[in-house]
Formats: sequence, structure tokens, C-alpha cells
Amino acid sequence: MDALLARTKRSLASTAVYAFLTAGALTMAIPYIWMFVTSIKPVEEIQAYPPSFFVHHPTLAAYKELFYLLPIPRYLLNSLFIAVVVTLCNVFFCSLAGYAFAKHRFKGRDKIFLLLLGAIMIPYQVNLIPGFIIVKKLGWLNSFYALIIPNITMAFGVFLCRQYIMSIPNDLIDAAKIDGCGEFTIYRLIIFPLIKPALAALAIFTFLSQWNSFVWPLIVIHTSAMRTVPLALSVLNSQFGTDFSVVMAGATVVTLPVLIVFLFLQKYIIQGIKMTGLKG
Amino acid sequence: MQSKKGFIAELIEQRYSYLFIAPAVILFTVFILIPVVASFLLSFTRYNTISAPQWVGLNNYRDIFFHDPRFWKALGNTVIYVLGVVPLGIAISLLLAVAIDQKIRFKNFYKALFFMPVVTSSIAISVIWKWLFAGEKYGLINYWLMKFGLKPVDWLMSPSWTLPAIMIMSIWAGLGYNMILLLAGLQTIPANFYEAADIDGANNWYKFRHITLPLLRPTLIFVVIMSMINSLQLFEQVYIMTSGTSEGVGGVLDCALSLVAYLYDKGFQRFEMGYASAIAYILFAIIFVVTLFNLKVARSRFEY
Repeated sequence: MDALLARTKRSLASTAVYAFLTAGALTMAIPYIWMFVTSIKPVEEIQAYPPSFFVHHPTLAAYKELFYLLPIPRYLLNSLFIAVVVTLCNVFFCSLAGYAFAKHRFKGRDKIFLLLLGAIMIPYQVNLIPGFIIVKKLGWLNSFYALIIPNITMAFGVFLCRQYIMSIPNDLIDAAKIDGCGEFTIYRLIIFPLIKPALAALAIFTFLSQWNSFVWPLIVIHTSAMRTVPLALSVLNSQFGTDFSVVMAGATVVTLPVLIVFLFLQKYIIQGIKMTGLKG
Repeated sequence: MQSKKGFIAELIEQRYSYLFIAPAVILFTVFILIPVVASFLLSFTRYNTISAPQWVGLNNYRDIFFHDPRFWKALGNTVIYVLGVVPLGIAISLLLAVAIDQKIRFKNFYKALFFMPVVTSSIAISVIWKWLFAGEKYGLINYWLMKFGLKPVDWLMSPSWTLPAIMIMSIWAGLGYNMILLLAGLQTIPANFYEAADIDGANNWYKFRHITLPLLRPTLIFVVIMSMINSLQLFEQVYIMTSGTSEGVGGVLDCALSLVAYLYDKGFQRFEMGYASAIAYILFAIIFVVTLFNLKVARSRFEY
């Protein structure tokens, strides 16, 4: 009797857990489904009442209009180019600096590192205005330089790499030195391969934050051709905001590539964000 | 031994070290160190980017604190937003994390769904929710409200509902991130603590209250700090959700104007760069104090 009661109680509890999680999961999925459904609805169905998740006559009209209104392929290329270059640069420069800070002895090492560490604590808004002025003085407004150069080594990335490299035994490096390896060879053959997990996390984090970056591009880009995808979506929202199927088509174009990549690399991405403890 | 060597000799000997850190240090200097100092100096000037900055001493700060109702509105909105989003968001995330930590199937499926907004552009999230919140009869949320016999709400057109709408969206968007961190924290709690409690006949609530919560403290504190810092920097959501209203960033009557939205409005729409720098430094100070306070609270109670 007691065993039966306990089992019923347990199955009730687990049903409650499933019900709660499923309700939550639906809440997460519905906005995305609604976005996609709206983007393939003809105008009559968008204005139909009651609103429905079922599309009677699916159409790509909104996507055609989206690509007609704005040079979307160009924006996708802009965003992709920036995200890839910034990510590669971060992986290289952060690990290089991280190696020096972790394993080299040189004058001022700890002071410089502390300063870098301090930079992580500063909210980006503080640097926004002088950053804009500097970029303007350099003549970089409305160019890839403005979007790429200021981001190619993040203080946080240096910190992450240094922490990882600290755990590599010094013997390994000393042995390589005795074998006559130069500093860069040590970095290339020993350090780089050993910190790949940290670099993967750094790469994922950097790519996502660049792909989704909005405030900095908003401030330094004022010409149509140089826009990134989030900027394009914002323009779409302010100029064609009432045409919901077109805006949702735009949102789908921004969101879908990342979501597809996310589905395939889910484990690594979640691990990476957990490891970096940061979000974009 | 080293001090006998010349500075130049030392530089040459350590050239690889300096070469390796050079890119990071140069960028750090140009785009962080100089801007932080410049921003501080600019906050004591009047500067419109065209003519040279003009020193005005503490005038910007005085105007902000004593003659600027928009600043107080922005600060008030930001405080309301933080006080709503942080506790509610973390409470729901904690429930989700505990639920996913049970022996259940489809764990990764649930995790993936909750995590989607973390990898989605905040601009995309905002335009999607703008559509969900749409007024009249097309908006999904209002349709469901009416289905449950509630009155539809003119979310983004009425001054009193815009900020709550943004808060609901932000809580939704932040769940996955908080949940993943809390879940990682839950998984560090040794199972034998719970087994011991089982032997003592403890119920689930007792176990949650006296084992889970205390041992999760470090993770919870980290999540609270991150969540507060993020919430204090609210901007994109406001920028998107209030665009289309005729009154610019912040919406009707500045109903959703946040501190950063105000900074953007002053700095990059009105080009009052000195004034905007002062707002940036006030934000910096607020974030700094809030984080210190959190850390202090974290340390004040007994450790486990």
C-alpha cells in the first residue's frame, strides 16, 4: 500500500515536471513559430481573425519584397565577413597574448594584465562616445575598419586564454626550448593545440556576439551598403514596421542561420557560453 | 641581476613577450584606456563634435541631477525594469533548472529550446515580440487574453504598458542563459547530501530550502550580478519596441526610456557628447556600486 502510494506520488511529481517543462518549451517555441508562420502568410491571412498558426496559402511574397526593398545578400555577406574576421583575429591574438601573460616573465607583466582585467569590468557605454570620436578622426566611419579593428582582441578573450594556458605544465615548454624551438614555434606546436577547447568557446562567443552586435554598428554605420543584418532589421522595423510579414521575413533571415548552426553545435555552444559565462 | 642590464637590452631579450601582447595592448590602449579617460574628461565639457570641447566643470552633472526630469524618468524606468526582470527571471530560471535536473527524458531538447533566445539577435527578438504584442485583433497575445476572458491591452501604444511588455519579453529571453548557469551549479551539489536527507525523512521542500539553495549560493550570486549588469544596460529592446511612435527613442512620454536609451538620444541624436558622457559615467558608477553591494551581501552571511 505504502509502496503504491509512493509510486503514485512519484509519477504525479514527474508528470508535473514534464507538464511544467513542456509549457515552458511551448512558450519558448511559439514566438519563433509565429515569426516563421507570419513570414509565409499572404496579406489576407495576416489580417484574418482569429489569428491562426495554420497557413492556407503559403507564399514567399514577403521574402521577395524583403529582397526587393533591401540588398539583403550584401548585408548577410557584411555580417558574415565581419564575424569571421573578428573571430579569427580574436582566436589568434588572444591566445598569443594569453600565452605571454601566462608563461613569460617580462617587465610590467602583472600590471599590464591587471589593467586588461579592469577593462572587462567597464560597461561598453562608457567607451561609446570617445570610441565614436576616435573612429571618426581616423576616417573609419561607414567602413569595415570601424566594425572590425576595435574588436579584434577582447580583454576577456586574453583572460580566458591565460587561465587555460596557466594549467599547461612548464616542463613541456622547457623541453621544447631545449630542443631548440623558437617562441612562436612553441606557441604554434604546443600551446595552440592544447587550448583548443578554450579557443572553441572563445570563437563561438565572439562569432555570436559579432553576428548579433547592434549598438556599435548603429553608431558608426550610416550608409546603406555597409549595414549589418541586425541594422537592416532595425531599418526594416522603423520604415516598414507596419508590414509585419516583411519584418518577420527579415527576422527569419537573421535568426535562421544562427539557429541552424546552434542545432548542430548545441552541446559546444551551451558549453562555450557556460565556460565564458558571458552573453553577447 | 636583471637590474644591471639596460632597458633596451631587456626589451630585446623579452621582445617576443612584448610582440605577443602588442596587438592586445595597442587595441586596449586606443579603444578602452584612452576612451575611458576621454569619456571622464568629456563629461566636464560641452561638446557637439563640430566645435572644440568647452570646459563647463560640474555643470553637466548638476543639470542631470537637478534640472533634468528626463534623466530621472530614465533612471526610474531602469530601476523598475531591473527590479522586475532580475528576481522574476531568476526565480523562473531556477524552477526550470531544478525541473531539468530531475531524472527526465529529452533533457537536451528542453535545454536547446530554452537556450534559443541566447543565440538570437536581440533586434530579431524585439521585432518578433512587437508583432506578438500588436494591438487590435491581430496580436497573438491580445487574442489569447481575450480568449481567457481578459481585456486586450494596447501594449506598445499606451505609456503604462510599454515597459511591462519589454520586461515580459526580457524575462522570456533571459531564461535559457540563467537556467544553464544554475543547472551547472545544481550539478556540483553532491548527491550524497540528498541521500542523507532522504534517510532523515526530509521532504522535497525541506531539501530544496536547506540543501539546494545554500549550496547554490555562489552560482546564484553570479547569476544575480550578471543579470543586474545586463538589465541596467537595457537599450536595444527599447530602441526597437518604441520606434514608430512619433516621439523617438523611449516612446510616448518617455514611458520606456532607459538610461542607455537616454545616453544614445543625447549623444547620437542631439550630439550633446559631453552631457552623454556624464550619463555614461553615472551609469558606470551605478553598475559599480550595485556589483560591489551584491558582492558584499554575498560575503556577509556565513560560508558553507
